[in-house]
Amino acid sequence: MLADQRIETLTRHPAEVVVPQKGRSLWMDAGRRFMRNRAALASLIVLLCVVAFTFIGPFFARWSIEKIDWTVVGSVLAKGFPSIETGHFFGTDEVGRDLYSRVIQGTQVSLMVGIVGSTIAVIVGTIYGAIAGYFGGRLDSIMMRLVDIIYSIPYMFILILLLIIFGRSFIMLFVGIGLVSWLGMSRVVRGQTLTLKNREFVEAAIATGATPLTVIFRHIVPNLLGIVAIYATLLIPEMILLESFISFLGLGVQEPNTSLGALISEGARTMQYGTIWQLLFPLAFFVVILFTFFFVGDGLRDALDPKDR
Amino acid sequence: MIQFILRRLAVAIPTLLVLIVISFILMKVAPGNPFAGERTVPQAVLDNILARYGLDKPEWQQLVEYVYNVVFRLDFGPSFQYRDRTVNEIIGQGFPVTFTYGAWAFVFATLIGVSLGIVAAVRQNSWLDYLAVGFTVGAQVIPNFVIAPILVLVFTLWLRWLPGGGWNGGHWSNVIMPVIALSTSYLANIARITRSSMLEVLSSNYIRTARAKGLPSYQVIFGHALRPALLPVVSYLGPVFVGMVTGSVVIDLYFSTGGIGQAFVNSALNRDYSTILGITILLGALTITANLVVDILYAWIDPKIQL
Amino acid sequence: MKLHAFLGAAAVAVTLLGSTALTNAAQVPEGTTLAAEQVFKYRVLDNINAIDPQIVEDVDTSSVVRSLFEGLYNSGADGNPVPAVAESHTVNADNTVYTFKIRDAAKWSNGDPVTAGDFVYAWQRAVDPATASNYAYFVGLVGVVNADAIVAGEKPVTDLGVKAIDDKTLEVTLSFSSPWFIRTLSHATLFPAPKAVIEAKGIDWTKPENIVGNGAYTLVENTPGERVVAKRNPNYWDNEHTVIEEVQWLTINDENQGLTRWRAGEVDQTDVPAGQYPALEAELPNETYSVPQFCTYYFDVNMTEKQTNEALKDQRVREALNLAIDRDVIVNGVLQGGQTPAYSFAHPLTAGYIMPNIPASTMTQADRDAKAVELMTAAGYGKDKPLSINYIYNTSEAHKKIATVVGQMWAEKLGVTLVLADMEFQTLLDTRHEKNYEMARDAWCGDYNEASTFLSLLDSKSDQNNSGYANADVDTFLAEAKTSQDPNVQYAKIEEQTAKDVPIMPVYFYAKVFMQSANVKGWPFNDVEQNWYAKDLYKVAE
Repeated sequence: MLADQRIETLTRHPAEVVVPQKGRSLWMDAGRRFMRNRAALASLIVLLCVVAFTFIGPFFARWSIEKIDWTVVGSVLAKGFPSIETGHFFGTDEVGRDLYSRVIQGTQVSLMVGIVGSTIAVIVGTIYGAIAGYFGGRLDSIMMRLVDIIYSIPYMFILILLLIIFGRSFIMLFVGIGLVSWLGMSRVVRGQTLTLKNREFVEAAIATGATPLTVIFRHIVPNLLGIVAIYATLLIPEMILLESFISFLGLGVQEPNTSLGALISEGARTMQYGTIWQLLFPLAFFVVILFTFFFVGDGLRDALDPKDR
Repeated sequence: MIQFILRRLAVAIPTLLVLIVISFILMKVAPGNPFAGERTVPQAVLDNILARYGLDKPEWQQLVEYVYNVVFRLDFGPSFQYRDRTVNEIIGQGFPVTFTYGAWAFVFATLIGVSLGIVAAVRQNSWLDYLAVGFTVGAQVIPNFVIAPILVLVFTLWLRWLPGGGWNGGHWSNVIMPVIALSTSYLANIARITRSSMLEVLSSNYIRTARAKGLPSYQVIFGHALRPALLPVVSYLGPVFVGMVTGSVVIDLYFSTGGIGQAFVNSALNRDYSTILGITILLGALTITANLVVDILYAWIDPKIQL
Repeated sequence: MKLHAFLGAAAVAVTLLGSTALTNAAQVPEGTTLAAEQVFKYRVLDNINAIDPQIVEDVDTSSVVRSLFEGLYNSGADGNPVPAVAESHTVNADNTVYTFKIRDAAKWSNGDPVTAGDFVYAWQRAVDPATASNYAYFVGLVGVVNADAIVAGEKPVTDLGVKAIDDKTLEVTLSFSSPWFIRTLSHATLFPAPKAVIEAKGIDWTKPENIVGNGAYTLVENTPGERVVAKRNPNYWDNEHTVIEEVQWLTINDENQGLTRWRAGEVDQTDVPAGQYPALEAELPNETYSVPQFCTYYFDVNMTEKQTNEALKDQRVREALNLAIDRDVIVNGVLQGGQTPAYSFAHPLTAGYIMPNIPASTMTQADRDAKAVELMTAAGYGKDKPLSINYIYNTSEAHKKIATVVGQMWAEKLGVTLVLADMEFQTLLDTRHEKNYEMARDAWCGDYNEASTFLSLLDSKSDQNNSGYANADVDTFLAEAKTSQDPNVQYAKIEEQTAKDVPIMPVYFYAKVFMQSANVKGWPFNDVEQNWYAKDLYKVAE
C-alpha cells in the first residue's frame, strides 16, 4: 500500500527516528516545522475548509439529497446544469436530484470511510504491533507470520465477495476495510517497539516492577504517537480510493446515500452526453481531499523526521 | 537464501489451504444459487442439476473432494455457469490476457516511472521536475475508471487511432489503452517514490564524497546512487503487482478484453462457486509468489539484508 | 387468434400461413448494391454461455443458437411462424396431435441429413434428468405428453410424446389442446441436436472444433468476455439465400462504451443507454430505433403470510400505491425510449390478445392521485401517520432510477417512505423466491407469443408467481382459457381481478431501444420477441 511506502523512509532507519518522548516541547518543535512547510500548511487549511464546508454547506442547500426536481426530469442536459437560479448550484444528477447536496453527503461519507478505516488501523494495528514487538520471541514470530498470511490473501477479491454475498451496508464496508487496513500499521508499530523496548526509560519502568501491559500502554504506545499519526493520515486517502473502487463496482453504500466514488463513477458513465458537471464536481472534491491528505501526511513526516533538522 | 525461500513456502501452503476453506465457507453461506434464473426452476430439475455437480453430497465431503482435486490433480472442477467449460479452461483463457496487459503495464510503469523520477530528482526544481511532479500528483488520484472511458473517447472516437475494445489475440492496438489505463497511477507513484528516494540518496555523504572525487555525473548517478535509491521502489513492486490483477476488473469491463478480472466478477455475481474458488486460489498463489520475488529482489539489491 | 378458426374441423391439413414464399431468408430487393464486406457485428451485454440448444436460457446466447441451429419453424419478420426444417405440418381436430414433414434438403453442417430422430433425441435430451436443463420445464409447458413426469424422474425419457414415424416424419402428442403449439417451435429448447457428436464429445461438443449444427452459420470462435464468431454454413438448406458471410457477437459490458464503439463503427448494433434516446433520435434519426419488446416491468407485492408489513395486506393501500405511480413520468421522463405505460400485465402486442380496459388506465394522473390519497386516508395512513415500505431491486442504473423516482412520488403524494435495498441479481432471485420481502422489482418476458405466457404467472401454483398471489377465480379462468373458444374472455377477467387485488403493480411495457448502422437491412422490427436471424439480414453499399 501507498502508506507503507510513504512511511518507508521512517522504518528503514528506525533507530534514527526521533521520538518526542518528553512530550510537549518536542511536539511543539514538530509543530513549528510543520508550519514552515508551506505546501503542507496550505493543504491543511484547504482540508479544514472542505470539512467545514460539509457541515456548513447543507444550510445553503435548497434541495435535499433525495428530493427530485420534477421540472428537470427528462431534460437534465437542458435544465439540470449548475445554476444559482434553480438552486442546483452543482446541477442535478441523472434523475433530477440536487448534486450540491449529494456531493456534500458523498464527501461526508468518503471522509468517514477514510477516518473510520484509519481509526481501526490505529487501534488494532498499534495494540497488535506493540504486543508483538514488546514480547518478541515465539509470540512475535507467530503474530507477524499471521500478518504475512493475511497480506497474501487477494483482499480486494475477498472484499468483493463479502459485499456481493452479504449485501452492501456501511457495516460490511467497514468490516472489509478494517480487515486489511491494520496490517501495515502493525508492522510499523512492531518495528518501532523493538527499538523502544531497549531504551533506558522502558528498562527503568520494568525495573520498578510495572506489568508488561502497563509498560506497553503507559510508556511505549505514547512514544509511538508520532509515527502512528503520520501513518494514520496517509491511510485515509488510501481508504477513500479503496471505497471509490468498491462504489464503481456498484457495491458501495445504499441509495439514497452516496459517496464521492459512487458520484464519480456515475458521472464518468455519462460524460460523453454533455452532462459533464456530474463528473467534475465530485471529482474536484475527491482530488482535493486526496491531495491535501497526501501533502499533510508528507508534511507531518517531514516535521517528525530528524533528517531535516 | 534457499532456506529463506523454503521457509516462506512452508507458510504459503497453509495460507492457501486457509484461503480455500474460507472462500468455500463464504460460498456456502451465501444466499442465491448458481442455477437460479429469472424463470424459477422446478424442484425436480434443480435436484437433477445439484446431483450433476455433486452438490447433493454433505458439505464436508464436497470440501474434502474439492481440496483433493485441487491439490493432487490441479483440477478446479467444472464451471457451474458455463456448461461447456471447466474452471481450468476459464482461467487458461482469461489469465494469459490479464497477464499480457498486466505485464506490459508493470514494465511500462516501472521503466517510465523510474526514469521520470530520476530525471526529476537530478534536475530538481527545473521545469522538468515541476512537470514530473505535476503529472504524478494528478495521475495518482484520478481513478482508472475515469481514465479508461476518457482514453476510449479520445483515441477511438475522436482520433480513430485505436480500437475501443476487444482483445483480438493480443494485437498491439488492443493492448495499448489497457496498459495506459492500468499503469497510470502506479507509474505516478513509482516516479514519486524514485524521486524522493533519489533526492535523499543524492544528499547523502558518500555521494558528496563521490562528487568531490570528481566522478562524472552519470557515473555518480548510475554507479552509486541508483541502487540504493531503488530499494523503496522494489518494495513497492509487490503492491503494484497485486494492483495489476485487481485493476483488471476495471480494464475488462471497459475494454472487453476477456481477462480474469471480469471472469471473477461475473462468476461472483452468478454464484459460480467453482470458478470463484479457482480464481481466488490462483490469485492467492500469485500474490504469495510476487511478495516472495520482491523480497528476494530486495535482498539482492540491498547488501545489508541477510536472508 | 386465427388458428381458432380451424377448431372443430376433422383432421384438417394445415399448411401454416399458406405460401412457402414466406420461408424466411434475406429479402434483397432488385437493384440493391450489396456491401462488399458482409459481416454483422452485434453487441451483447454479457458473455455468451454454452451454445447448447437444450440448455441455453438467456436472450443473447439464444440469438447465437438460432444462427447455428434451426427448429421446425422459425419466427418470421412479423413474429408469425414460418416453415424452417419442417416443410409443413398437419394437426388433428382437437389440436393435440401434430405431424411434421421434414424438409429433404435439411442437412447438418457435416453433411448428414436432418431426421425426425434428431428431434426425438433432442427433445428427450431436454427433459432427461441427466441433462439437468434449466429449461426442461419448457417441454411440459408447451404440452408435450409426459414431459413433466420425465423431468421429475417418474417415467423414462422414451415415454415422451414425440416419435419419428420415419426419417422425415415427426409426430408430437400434446397433453392438452394447444392451437398455439406451432408458435413455440422457434424456441431453442425444441431445436434438433446432433446425437453422434454429443455422445462422442460430451460437454465439449459445443466447442468450435466439435460443434455440428443445422443452422445457416457454423461456429468459428467463442472467447468469453470478448466475442463469438460464426461463418456461413455451405451445407445449410437455404444457403443460396444467405447474404451475411460472418456474424460476430461482441461482449461489451458497459452500454456507454457500446455506444462509443458503435459511433466509431466497431459494432453494427448496440443498445441505447437509458435516457439517451431523445438526443440520439434527434441527432441520428435513421439509425436510432425504438420497437416494442415482449416484456412487462412490474413491482411484486408479497401476498404471502411471510410478509410482515400489515399495511400492504390492506387492498386499499396497495391500490393507492399503484395509482400514485406516475407512469408517464417514468416512461417519458426517466426511460425516454418509447416504452409504454402499463396498467395491466400481459403485453398489448401479444398475438391474438385484446388488452382489457383497466379503469385506472383511462383516468388522468390527477384523478389517480386524488383517489390514491382518498384510499390511503381511508386505510388510516397519511402524512401524519407515515408508512414505511421496504423495496428490493437488483444492481443496475435503470432499476435504481425507477426505484428512486417512484419512492419520491410516493413520498410526496402519500407520505410513504420507500426504503431501498440494492442487491445483486442472484440474491434478489433468491430473496424473491423465498418471499422474504415486502415489495420487489420484477419483470417478465414472454417465452412464446400468446397471452398465457404472461398470465399463467398469476396461477397460484406457478413456480414463477413471485408475489405469492392466490385467487381461486383466477386459477379457474386460467384453466378454462386453455380450451376456450375465445380465451380473451377469461384473460380480461384475470386482468380485471388482478388489477383489483394489486398483487403486482405493472409499470411499463418494454421497448428495445437500439442503434443500428444505416447499411444493415432486414431486421425484424415488427417481431415483438425480436427473434432475429442473421441469415435474414444483409448490408447494402453506402
